[in-house]
Amino acid sequence: MQVTMSVNGAEVSREIEARLLLVHFLRDHLGLTGTHWGCDTSNCGTCVVLVDDEPVKSCTMLAAMAGGHDVRTVEGLEQDGVLDPLQRGFMECHGLQCGFCTPGMLMTTRALLDRNPDPTDHEIREAISGQICRCTGYATIVRSVQWAAAEQAGIRTSLPEQDDSRASSAVGGAS
Amino acid sequence: MQVPAPFEYERATSVDQAIGLLDRLGDTARLVAGGHSLLPMMKLRLANFEYLIDINDLSDVLGYITVEPTQIRIGAMARHRELLESAELGRAFPIFADAEKVIADPVVRNRGTLGGSLCQADPSEDLSAVCTTLNASCVIRGRDGDRVVTMEEFHRGPYETAVGDAEMLTEVRFPLRPNGASAYEKVERRAGDWAVVSSGAAVWLDGDVIADARVGLAAVGPNTAGLPEISAMLTGQRPSEELYEQAGIIAARSCNPVTDMRGSEEYKRHLAKELTRRALRRSVNRINEGS
Repeated sequence: MQVTMSVNGAEVSREIEARLLLVHFLRDHLGLTGTHWGCDTSNCGTCVVLVDDEPVKSCTMLAAMAGGHDVRTVEGLEQDGVLDPLQRGFMECHGLQCGFCTPGMLMTTRALLDRNPDPTDHEIREAISGQICRCTGYATIVRSVQWAAAEQAGIRTSLPEQDDSRASSAVGGAS
Repeated sequence: MQVPAPFEYERATSVDQAIGLLDRLGDTARLVAGGHSLLPMMKLRLANFEYLIDINDLSDVLGYITVEPTQIRIGAMARHRELLESAELGRAFPIFADAEKVIADPVVRNRGTLGGSLCQADPSEDLSAVCTTLNASCVIRGRDGDRVVTMEEFHRGPYETAVGDAEMLTEVRFPLRPNGASAYEKVERRAGDWAVVSSGAAVWLDGDVIADARVGLAAVGPNTAGLPEISAMLTGQRPSEELYEQAGIIAARSCNPVTDMRGSEEYKRHLAKELTRRALRRSVNRINEGS
């Protein structure tokens, strides 16, 4: 069957099998391997993309179902060579180590900041609660999103206060 | 890589057209809404269909939450997030927000629907227990029009409902009664998981006595059936801790949990008792806070 959709603002049209999942359409048919393919069971959230501005787990959506809709992937965050505030936040605040979960984290938190430009820690944690990161313990991800929120609001003065007491106590315990 | 077996994809343009397709294709076809229950089953090849009929374009006509004087009508395509965020629904039935907060995760809740959850008929599914607790009725449309069934009639058993091959669940109706409140209590192993056990309660007061009360459980047997024995015991009584305790004992005795990776039968009966007690207590507290 033929499927046509907008991906990162450009219309794409391909002949596909109806059973093709959106994640494989993006990665294998369009070569957009920024979207990662993880657990395959809608648990890990690394495959999250935005469909009509809402985060969706692309391993649990058929490419056919995205036909006629606007899909945005992690490749669509950067605009004209300028990284999204979230991408810069993840760099500034060490929001990733291995990077496997990062595309999904970025897309979910992009949607969060679009709806709620000034989220609390709790709201950030709630938003990413369907996503798994095995490196950071989430604290630096939350901090990265806070950094991006402040950056967007134009009130960046310094890094958000360190709230990761576990990290500092772990250092203390090692000495 | 988990990929469904091959199928033909059709997109519904109207409810009648979808029913026409189902009528023509019979049991080789299945509707897909949010797809977050059906697609995983198809990926595991636990479900295989020759045709998949995508009804997501019907969100506009079946995605409503309509509050009327004596009932709330919710379209089958209302998504979890919409149910969670509806202030009107939350005021009338706080059980919805209680349950929706702990159904899967926010991203999954962007896609999953009320109708899809009920039609999946998983014995551990939370919205079926909510609908049972609230004495909901289901509107099923076929070629010859609508029929309305109770939740007990709708939910026939695990993964089995009253919806026929050429039919579609279009709406769920919740009767509104004065001076009532509801609550949902769930224990899960980790955020977003299926329930180990869940209990929903709804209570209506007449003065300081219980005019009616209902309890619905999830994950403790093949059905999410209500517990009429609890309703009979509570009706006409003044709410008290002793009463909640008795209701919990009936819940623990009446359910049929099995030992599995989520817990032992004994533990699940303990949860059925304790969560029923908490849900009833919270419902009554909510009535008193609201009055």
